[in-house]
Amino acid sequence: MAFSPGDRVRTRVIDPPHHTRLPRYARGRIGSIVELEGAWPLADLNAQGTHSLRTEPVYAVRFRAQELWGSGDHDVVLDLWESYLEEAR
Amino acid sequence: MSDDHDDAQLSRQVRALETLLERRDLVDSRGIDQAVEAYLARATAANGARIVARAWVDPGFAGRLLTDANTAVEEVGASMRGGIQTQRLRVVANTDRSHNVVTCTLCSCYPVALLGPSPSWYKSEAYRSRIVREPRGVLAEFGLTLADGIDITVWDSTSESRYLVLPARPAGTDALTETELSGLVTRNGMIGTAAV
Repeated sequence: MAFSPGDRVRTRVIDPPHHTRLPRYARGRIGSIVELEGAWPLADLNAQGTHSLRTEPVYAVRFRAQELWGSGDHDVVLDLWESYLEEAR
Repeated sequence: MSDDHDDAQLSRQVRALETLLERRDLVDSRGIDQAVEAYLARATAANGARIVARAWVDPGFAGRLLTDANTAVEEVGASMRGGIQTQRLRVVANTDRSHNVVTCTLCSCYPVALLGPSPSWYKSEAYRSRIVREPRGVLAEFGLTLADGIDITVWDSTSESRYLVLPARPAGTDALTETELSGLVTRNGMIGTAAV
């Protein structure tokens, strides 16, 4: 599904045995879409040498430090492939 | 953090890999050296400084830089093209109320074309793990103490975008030329670990 700036999203809780670009500290966290960055091959598949290049939209997603760490007053923005994200209700 | 010696280990690994590839005639070492040298000859922090100085003196350019950085930087002779692939460049501007700082927690992504090779501390586990968690404290260790009212955003480069911080123009620089201004801009200022 496509997201728009301002949308609230939750990152998936995954723990794959292969490379992923969804850092552990940002799994299962709620953030908001900053912008669509473009579309790139999903690094998780790319890194497995399968050559099954699946291109997905990548979004900049802003998280409050409180949501990531339980403390802090800053924000962290990560670049996340669409399949890492689901709508947060 | 500057006493981190990860580079030496990495260099040994790269050399070992290159040797194996050469033995199997999979790569031509001279070709690799030439490509790397040509790339690094153009990749210096002077590129980033030129971009920042132009943004300070030309509001129109600054606007284009913040909306489509890849296109805008070509106006000052810089480019995100020359590497293995074209990377998306995103420029984030500091103001008197907000500060930006860049990292790559998963590896060491960095706008090499505009800043040159990254410093060892940028690749250190200490910087990468702490800057996303306690940026105010880490920045203070760099000598950059931000007032409590200033919002901090940490940009963690986890995909194909590269980030460059546009520092705020220092006060008292109205009389300086664009070239003189570019001389004030530091690599750390464009990473976000210094004010300028």
